Amino acid sequence: MSLHREPCNELGSQSLVELEKFVSALDDLQEDAHSLIVYSTLKCGFCAGADLRELYQRSQAMDQAKAAEGVRDFLERIHSVLNRIDAAPLTTIAAVHGVTFGGGFELALACDLIIADKMARFCFPELRLGLIPGFGGIPRLKRDLGNAIVRDLLLTGRSINATKAQQIGLVSQVVSEGEALRAAQATAAQIGKFDRQTALTAKHFIKPVPVDELRQEIELFCALFSRPAVQAGLKKFVESTDAQPYLP
Amino acid sequence: METAEKTLEEILTLAAAHFKVAREKLSPDEDFFKALGIDSLQTLDLLTKLENHFRVELPDYELQGVTDFRTLATKIQSRL
Repeated sequence: MSLHREPCNELGSQSLVELEKFVSALDDLQEDAHSLIVYSTLKCGFCAGADLRELYQRSQAMDQAKAAEGVRDFLERIHSVLNRIDAAPLTTIAAVHGVTFGGGFELALACDLIIADKMARFCFPELRLGLIPGFGGIPRLKRDLGNAIVRDLLLTGRSINATKAQQIGLVSQVVSEGEALRAAQATAAQIGKFDRQTALTAKHFIKPVPVDELRQEIELFCALFSRPAVQAGLKKFVESTDAQPYLP
Repeated sequence: METAEKTLEEILTLAAAHFKVAREKLSPDEDFFKALGIDSLQTLDLLTKLENHFRVELPDYELQGVTDFRTLATKIQSRL
């Protein structure tokens, strides 16, 4: 699955429709495929996260109740997509480079493996907007990592590089610049040598989808979204010309 | 242990090479955003390059407000 929406694969309403279309075909794909590689064709990186400009513009164009309803609908749908990728009957690999922020980080976390080129950076910048990650980030990060680093990433909003991400167990392989997709293809070729049923049994045993926490996340996000501070945070981000707009 | 001056020189050389700017056009006290002509995504690239080169971790928030190469070198030096 290649991500190729300028400027940096922001996940908005159009991307969501395309992702929904893609995941609806996943069950049928298992007859012919053993692995799914998610990667970006854009130089900037894997994915910069949710399309905050669209979110801001849409929420400005409607009353607060309607905007909150729209956000909940979007979250339900993106959670459904990411849950299907998470539990896909294929081995899923995120081959990442460059910016892997927010929703992009959450997309990668839904995959079974993350292979990163050494210029990849990971970040959960949502708190600067008065929000928490909303696409399943915290439950999935908690599933994979220790609480110390989860809290560090979440509460500071700092970004980490691929080497650090590998040290903490987030990334399984770090490769040279521009080599993530090739490494993912080689990994997929190895994975394809094993019996599919056995591989799927192992995957579902070791990687349960944290359903209850994911539901809780939607509720917490929606509760936070209705506060005026969020609109102010979105406005500041959209209008920002700072070198580090992901920091408060 | 690297000296502060050596760290500074390495930053200037690395930035010049990565962003394809002549090394002699960069000076230690210059605003690197202007000198390199970089945007927010390229700033992240620079941060990653520096972390990889010096094998250090540079939390973004410690670099907030840092605009010149010399101060950047001081920040890196404190983590070597």
